[in-house]
Amino acid sequence: MITILETAPLNTIQDQGRPGYRNLGVGSSGVMDPLALKIGNILLGNALEAACIELQTYPFVIRFDTPSSFAVTGIDAPLTLDDRPVLAWSVETAAPGQVLRVGIPRTGARAYICVEGGIDVPVVLGSRSTQLRGGFGGMDGRFLEAGDELATKPVSASLSGYGAVPPARVLENQSGDGKTVLLRAVPGTDYARFTPESREHFWDQGWRITPQSNRVGYRLNGTPLTLLERIELRSYGIIPGIVQVPPAGEPIVQLADANTAGGYPRIATVIEADLWRLAQARIGTSIRFVECSHKTGIVAQQPIDSYLDDLRLMVAHYRASCQSRNGTNSRGTA
Amino acid sequence: MMGTRAILFEAPGAFTMEQQQRIWALIEYAENRPDIQELVPGVTNLLLIFTHAPEYPEQIADWLRNAWESLPPRQIAGRLFEVNVRYGGALGEDLAAVSAHTGLSPEEVIRLHHEGEYTVCAVGSAPGFGYLHGLNPRIATPRKSIPSLNMPAGTVTIGGMQAGISALTGPNGWNSIGYTEICLFDPYRCSPSLFAIGDRIRFCPESIEL
Repeated sequence: MITILETAPLNTIQDQGRPGYRNLGVGSSGVMDPLALKIGNILLGNALEAACIELQTYPFVIRFDTPSSFAVTGIDAPLTLDDRPVLAWSVETAAPGQVLRVGIPRTGARAYICVEGGIDVPVVLGSRSTQLRGGFGGMDGRFLEAGDELATKPVSASLSGYGAVPPARVLENQSGDGKTVLLRAVPGTDYARFTPESREHFWDQGWRITPQSNRVGYRLNGTPLTLLERIELRSYGIIPGIVQVPPAGEPIVQLADANTAGGYPRIATVIEADLWRLAQARIGTSIRFVECSHKTGIVAQQPIDSYLDDLRLMVAHYRASCQSRNGTNSRGTA
Repeated sequence: MMGTRAILFEAPGAFTMEQQQRIWALIEYAENRPDIQELVPGVTNLLLIFTHAPEYPEQIADWLRNAWESLPPRQIAGRLFEVNVRYGGALGEDLAAVSAHTGLSPEEVIRLHHEGEYTVCAVGSAPGFGYLHGLNPRIATPRKSIPSLNMPAGTVTIGGMQAGISALTGPNGWNSIGYTEICLFDPYRCSPSLFAIGDRIRFCPESIEL
């Protein structure tokens, strides 16, 4: 079990999401950075669907009440277990009573506290993710609060002392100046409804992420985009990554907690393979959209998949060799 | 194509029940594809989300066009819901604005609203929210330029040509004309959303406060 000692608002329990209920108006929710959670779960030998704590605000302090292996992924931040500094993207073991403190990230925006076995909140509509709008899933459908107690699965022999190379360092980041986040996007259904100048502007200018950005969507600031003529669209289904342009002309990228339907014109869709970069881009960061084809969008997933495959292999080897050294060849359970 | 893993099919022409029934037919047909993760009906459109990015989206587009041309509109008998409404008052405070916009008396607006029978075209936006077709065009009223910040769940609303019942408490740009006490969504119910596509709704005045 884990007890939350200190938390700022906006931190929730999330897993890989709740697809399958958009036709009832229920969005997918789930972590904003699916890659970071996958890495955490692979490191800990968890199932893909194991849930974690997603942090958006800091500091965040928890106490482990039972022995646990854990990994903090997604960011680079000052982390301490009691007073001992620990590394992000690495597996550590906490003894009962030990306190983990996550400070303000040096890089990245969203941290994922993954624990061996996963955070064990009830599964609602196929997922442990917090559905804030519907008020269900996660911890009673709400943000975490100090004093909350989270069940974790009991752990047998725990391993620690190994980690992953942060994906941002491995995966090609095409970004020239290192400051602007480049996001590949496929032109959207209403792309041709915008003026030629606006279409050019959309790709050429740097868009600043405004403070009105959250898990629902990122509102961007820049020279407004204009339509050739005003249109009233009928409501249509939304997925994370869709870039809508409301009448004021500044785009919104819809994300994990977006409504399932909307009616603003769609200029483009950020490819799924790049959404994790947006999740880790902080307010005030400049982003640029890079036009890409459907094919490029699909191919873009390959480096991520091979990174995860390599990690899975390395972790399996390491854990197997540790276990054989310790005289056990399995973890006792299937 | 929406990104790499979703395709939006938009029906040509006006928003009629027949076009919507053809969308429903398309849903039933597309459900048989093994590569579908989610089908999200909109208003005369359908979003298809695939389990994996389709390699040849053009083939799927052709498949959709063929299906659209060949499938007959799908009739759904649906269930009939009778929804008691407290018209007007603080929870239906935009009744005056609807009345001013339409040039009809508030009594007339209420009469035209509860005389109609509505059909759930699609459920979406918020958990359990139904987009209703069947509003009398005489009481159609554009969305508000300044949305209400905290409209309660259960508010009976008009948004353009569409009618609805708000599913969640929160910001809402539709015009409130009344209030009803029904629970549109409960994740623990075996059917979480009260309304399903094809269901019909009648509003019955429980009280009127002008």
